[in-house]
Amino acid sequence: MIRICILFDKLRFEEKKLYSKIKEKGIDATLVDGKSLIFDTESSKRDPTFGDIVLQRVISYYRGLHLTYCLEHIGLPIVNSFSISEICGNKLITSMILKKNHVPTPKTTFAFSAESARECMKKLGYPLVVKPLIGSWGRGIYQIKDQSMADMLLETRQDNDNSFSRIYYLQELIDRPSRDIRCIVVGDEIVASVYRYSSENEWRTNVAVGGRTEEAILSPELKEVVLKASEAIGNGILGVDLMEDRVRGYLVHEVNNTVEFRGASAVCKSDIAGAMTDYLVKMCKK
Amino acid sequence: MKADCKDCGAEITIPQDSMVGEIITCPDCGTDFEIISKNQDNIEIKEAESVGEDWGQ
Repeated sequence: MIRICILFDKLRFEEKKLYSKIKEKGIDATLVDGKSLIFDTESSKRDPTFGDIVLQRVISYYRGLHLTYCLEHIGLPIVNSFSISEICGNKLITSMILKKNHVPTPKTTFAFSAESARECMKKLGYPLVVKPLIGSWGRGIYQIKDQSMADMLLETRQDNDNSFSRIYYLQELIDRPSRDIRCIVVGDEIVASVYRYSSENEWRTNVAVGGRTEEAILSPELKEVVLKASEAIGNGILGVDLMEDRVRGYLVHEVNNTVEFRGASAVCKSDIAGAMTDYLVKMCKK
Repeated sequence: MKADCKDCGAEITIPQDSMVGEIITCPDCGTDFEIISKNQDNIEIKEAESVGEDWGQ
């Protein structure tokens, strides 16, 4: 009997849903808290804790990335892979990979000090969007409307002296409706797509900042862009986020490797957790 | 099922279907706790990790 291990560090709606769905399908499932694990250079695949395949659902990017490396190192199949986790967890790498693979994506500039970021912003002009390299749920994302706001942001980022706040991710502001699109891709199949509408007095569309979801129409054009993005990242279980530029059409701005789907499952008829389970079983048998 | 808040002492009601690893919040002081063990009658909690800059999806 196949055994699927769900690796987590904070149990959310998604992990509980996946656990019950795997069990419902008559497959053995375990929930393993990544915070409790210890690896060493002698660690081996024989540890039954991890079953036949691991679904990595760790909320902390660095913890998840390093655990993924350890598990891959001992030869365990893990979804998503280290490579996918690394690409998706860092917005700079995501943007570069998307562009390299001809996936339409917003124009983004990277600066590596406050001084060069200031110069870049002056040159690019306003408004523009500043995002942290790492993080989710719309945290630390600001729409910079003028030079004084830019100066304020730069000062704050310099005070918050962590390694990643010294790298600046500056993105063009997209002329779009007050929504974006989240598509959940499992392997080479789109299992759910939703519009995420921003709440009143809020330009970000993240559900975490009050955005509401509605099932989206999956047009052939949208499907093509989403699958191209998924392929560029490496195909796995992904959340592809897109904006609808009024002139250029769909632009992929983010891909998530431990995708949350509470909002999507509330409005979509498809069985998201079921599709993920079937994919894990398929990967296990490969 | 109940637990006492380790910060303010208030009583926290734990839903029956809660699982180990889930986060519960004290209704009085707002401190987050993680469920670290659960059996028929006993529940053990510890203060949850604070939200990290690298948390996400």
